[in-house]
Formats: sequence, structure tokens, C-alpha cells
Amino acid sequence: MMEKMIFGRYIPGHSFVHRLDPRSKLIFVFLFIVAVFFANNTATYAVLLAFTLLTILTARIRLYFLFNGLKPILFLVAFTLLMHFIFTKEGPILFEWKFIRIYEEGLRQGIYISIRFLVLVLMTTILTLTTSPISITDGMETLLNPLKKLKLPVHELALMMSISLRFIPTLMDETDKIMKAQLARGSDLTTGSLKERIKAVVPLLVPLFVSAFKRAEDLAIAMEVRGYRGGEGRTRYRQLDWQWRDTIALVIFGLLLIALLWLRS
Amino acid sequence: MIQSGVVELKEILSLEHVSFTYASEDVQESRKALEDISFTIREGEWIAIVGHNGSGKSTLAKLIIGLLFPNEGTIRVFLEELGEENLWNIRSRMGIVFQNPDNQFVGSTVQDDVAFALENNGVPFEKMVPRVHAALAQVKMESFLDHEPHHLSGGQKQRVAIAGALALEPELLILDEATSMLDPQGRDEVIRVVEELKRQTGLTVLSITHDLEEVLLADRVIVMNQGKVLAIGSPAQIFERGDELEAIGLDLPFSMKLSDSLQKEGIELNGNHMSEEELVNELWTSYFNK
Ligand SMILES: Nc1ncnc2c1ncn2[C@@H]1O[C@H](COP(=O)(O)OP(=O)(O)OP(=O)(O)O)[C@@H](O)[C@H]1O
Ligand SMILES: [Mg+2]
Repeated sequence: MMEKMIFGRYIPGHSFVHRLDPRSKLIFVFLFIVAVFFANNTATYAVLLAFTLLTILTARIRLYFLFNGLKPILFLVAFTLLMHFIFTKEGPILFEWKFIRIYEEGLRQGIYISIRFLVLVLMTTILTLTTSPISITDGMETLLNPLKKLKLPVHELALMMSISLRFIPTLMDETDKIMKAQLARGSDLTTGSLKERIKAVVPLLVPLFVSAFKRAEDLAIAMEVRGYRGGEGRTRYRQLDWQWRDTIALVIFGLLLIALLWLRS
Repeated sequence: MIQSGVVELKEILSLEHVSFTYASEDVQESRKALEDISFTIREGEWIAIVGHNGSGKSTLAKLIIGLLFPNEGTIRVFLEELGEENLWNIRSRMGIVFQNPDNQFVGSTVQDDVAFALENNGVPFEKMVPRVHAALAQVKMESFLDHEPHHLSGGQKQRVAIAGALALEPELLILDEATSMLDPQGRDEVIRVVEELKRQTGLTVLSITHDLEEVLLADRVIVMNQGKVLAIGSPAQIFERGDELEAIGLDLPFSMKLSDSLQKEGIELNGNHMSEEELVNELWTSYFNK
């Protein structure tokens, strides 16, 4: 289940989308999210959907892989659709069977909202699928840099994020080890009532927290002796490189926006 | 290093009557972690510090790198007295590698981690790239640039940590049980790298260790016992006091123990045998000498 879920995962690759600067991708996705709300008729929603499919193709992500990984979210989309069918009662009746009545507006609204939701999920998934978490962090840090003037600790937040990302696999391994150690001591994590299972998790969490704090302390010492004194006067090893393709991506977005504004009613 | 006593080598580190006590609410419990420590380390030396668990070795390392400050006595690093003002400058001239390979890996990839100290010290990007590559080449990890820490073995992570320290071109490298969490192979890798470095660059190394093979590589050994310096001397001088070491809970090299037992069994052997090779050589020639 965890392996199949791809929301938030990164798959390395070399497509046009993969090679974009994280900044242009972040700007693009952010603007796209705003632009989605300009769509208000069949033509504009069709454009959005087509554009998203085109992006998927450019990123060289297999459709089957993508939709398979997003199954739980597609279920949510289907649910939204159904809710609209049932509860929106406007316009002429399209279909009637016993007590079920589907109205034209219900159908239309349901499809529009579903497309909107689907397109948003797909676009953000493409972002995370094609950009490593650390690049996203770098991109965010650079983009949010002006906010430092407002005393927002941008550098610290970015460092926190990159360290958390770096420690996820380490803590996963640790959880696994502790789990095995507790199983060996006869603790049972898989059977019993919900209450019993929650109780069984406590002996997992306590050692995990203790070791995480120990790690945090060690790491803080290791950082300090290597000269870490906060963001002041620090240089960056990771350089972001804005290229022609990033400009193209934003120009393409401009064209999409013009099309949407022109087609909307 | 065959210089006469007249030309003294440059002093790298010196401690004079240093004592330290961890602050503790329970006054009864606050025993001195370090008491009246004095020694001097000169340029290019390899010093091993040994001692039982809790003898104050790590505390000593933390004092030298300025994470803690002594209650009494003075610490001079690079001929300057260590204090709050010159702390960051002095830290940028030495590197330290700790025990746990996972808990000192800051970057998300090997090259990010090696660059961390450079970034902190404001080294410009153009200079960072060659330094990162050079440091990784020194520890033979240059083909792992983009690897993530959880895909590396313990020994590889420690080599990256050493590279991270080397990137700043330090004058003193401190290893606080840097090999103790590694398997024999990882330990060999790390020791070999440090040995090679020392030979090529004349780096001064202060190595806190339980590993006897590492102790034998050192120029001088400092034996710690309950927060005090018990003895300082060459490995040969130190291991000569075998019984004393065993009394404070330290191990002896296998060959020495074997040679000891053989001598007790009445086999005539000359003196101590610090390495297996020495012992083997003596044993297989001993019959010819009869
Ligand atoms: N943070 C601390 N607070 C209080 N006491 C401490 C702290 N760290 C160490 N000590 C005490 O100081 C003494 C020396 O500890 P230190 O960690 O320096 O020993 P060590 O020689 O490095 O041992 P090991 O071989 O186990 O690493 C011990 O008695 C220990 O209990
Ligand atoms: Mg220690």
C-alpha cells in the first residue's frame, strides 16, 4: 500500500520537466493553482485537462503508473462527483429512476469540480514526482528569501526541512528495529482490539523519541563544531540555475492563462 | 622527525592543569570529569588517547573543540588561548569526527555534507567545488558524490565525515571513537585513510580509541583513568606496563597476551611483542638461535 502511493514521492528522471529549475516549477504550480479558478465553462475545463495531460506526457510519467498510484485520491474525486449528482437540483431533469433524479446542473457542476480537483492533484503530484525534496526545499528557500526582511526565518525553516527529510529513512530503520525488538519480547502489534493495539504502540514510540532526541543532540553538536552559526555569512553549495527552459515554462503558462481568460464566459 | 632537541616542532595543542566538572544539581554526585590534565601535542604527531568508559576522553575532546570550557587551567590551541572570542576561528582550523556515523551526517547527499563546514565558513561557491572533490578523493569516496546517507555503509559515512573535516584543510584532526561503531572492515577502511592522510599531509591527529591496532599506529599514547592522565608515552613504553593497564580495565594486543602466556609456560622469548608479525618472527627464528 505504502509502495504504491505516489503522492509526494520523487522518481528521478531526465525529462524536460525533471530538468526544470525548482523555482520555475514552484512558480508554475502556484500560478496554475490560481489559474484553475478562472475556468468556468466546458471549453476552459477542457483546456485545463488537456494541458495537464500534456504536462504528464512531457514529464514522461506513465499514465497507468500515475493513476494507479493516485487511486485513493481518484476515489475521492468519484465521491465528489456522486455528491453533486445527488444534491445539486437545478436545471432540467436528465435521468429519473424511482427516487433518483439527476439534474443537468448537477452533472455539469459535478464534472467541473471533479476536473478542478483532479487537475490540482495531478499538477502537484507531477511537481513532487519530478523534483527531489531537497530541490523543492532549495527552491522554496530562494523564492521566500525576500521574506527574510519581514523577520521570517527562511533559512532556518529550509534547513529544518532538509534535515527532517534526511532523517526520515534513518528513523524508519530505527522504528523497524525497535518494532522487531519489541516483537521479540512478545509484544503483539497486529492483533487485538483497537485499544490494545494503541497500547502496544507506546513501547514503540518511547524508545523512538528517546533516540530521536539523542540524535538531535549529537547532530546539533556536530553542526556547531563544523562552524554552523545560523544563516548569517553563510554561502551556498547548492546553486540553482535558471535556464532557457525555465523561461519557456513560464511563457507556456502565460499562453495557458490567455487561453483561459479568452475562453471563459 | 629526526630533529635535534634544539629545533622544537610547532606546538599545536597544549593543556595546562585543566580540570572540569559537569554542572549537576546533586552536589554529591558532581565528581570531576577531568582533573589536572596537562600535555602538549606538536605538529605532525599522531596521539592516541585510551581509557575505560567514563574516564573523560570525550569530555577532553569537547574542551579542546570549545564545546565546554575548563573550570580550572588553560587550553592553548595553535598557540592561542581558547576562549569565546577566538572560538569560531579556532574551530575552523580543526576537524572532529564523532562516534555515531548517522548522527553527524547533516547534508542530504555526500557532497552536501562535505560542503557543510565550507558553507558555514562562507567559502565562495567557486572554491567549494574543487575542495569538496579533493576532500572526497582523499578519503576515496569521490565516486559517491550524489549518494544519500542511508545508502552508505558505516565506514563510508565515517570517511565522508572525515572528508567533511578535511575540506576546511584543518591543522588538527580529532577522532572521538570514530571507528567504534564499525565492523572490522569499516574500521580498517577508516584507519587506512587516516594513516595515508597523515603520511601525505603531515596532519596532526588526536585519536580517542578502544582499538589497539589504532593505538599501535600512534606516536604517543595518553592513558586516561578516572579523569586523570595515568601515563603518556610511546606505544612500546605504554604496553610495557601491561599489568597496570589491565588493572584499570584496558585490553592488551593479542600478540602481547600470547607472548606473555608463552613466557609463563616457560618458553623463552625476548621482551614484548606488540604486533603479531614481531611475535611470529621471533617464534619461527627462536629454534635457530638455540
Ligand atoms: N553531559 C554530561 N552531564 C553530566 N555528566 C556527564 C556528561 N557527559 C559525561 N558525563 C560524565 O563525565 C564522565 C566522563 O565522561 P566521558 O563521556 O568524557 O567519558 P569517555 O571516556 O568518553 O567514555 P566512553 O569511553 O564511554 O566514551 C563520566 O563519569 C560521565 O558520566
Ligand atoms: Mg566517549
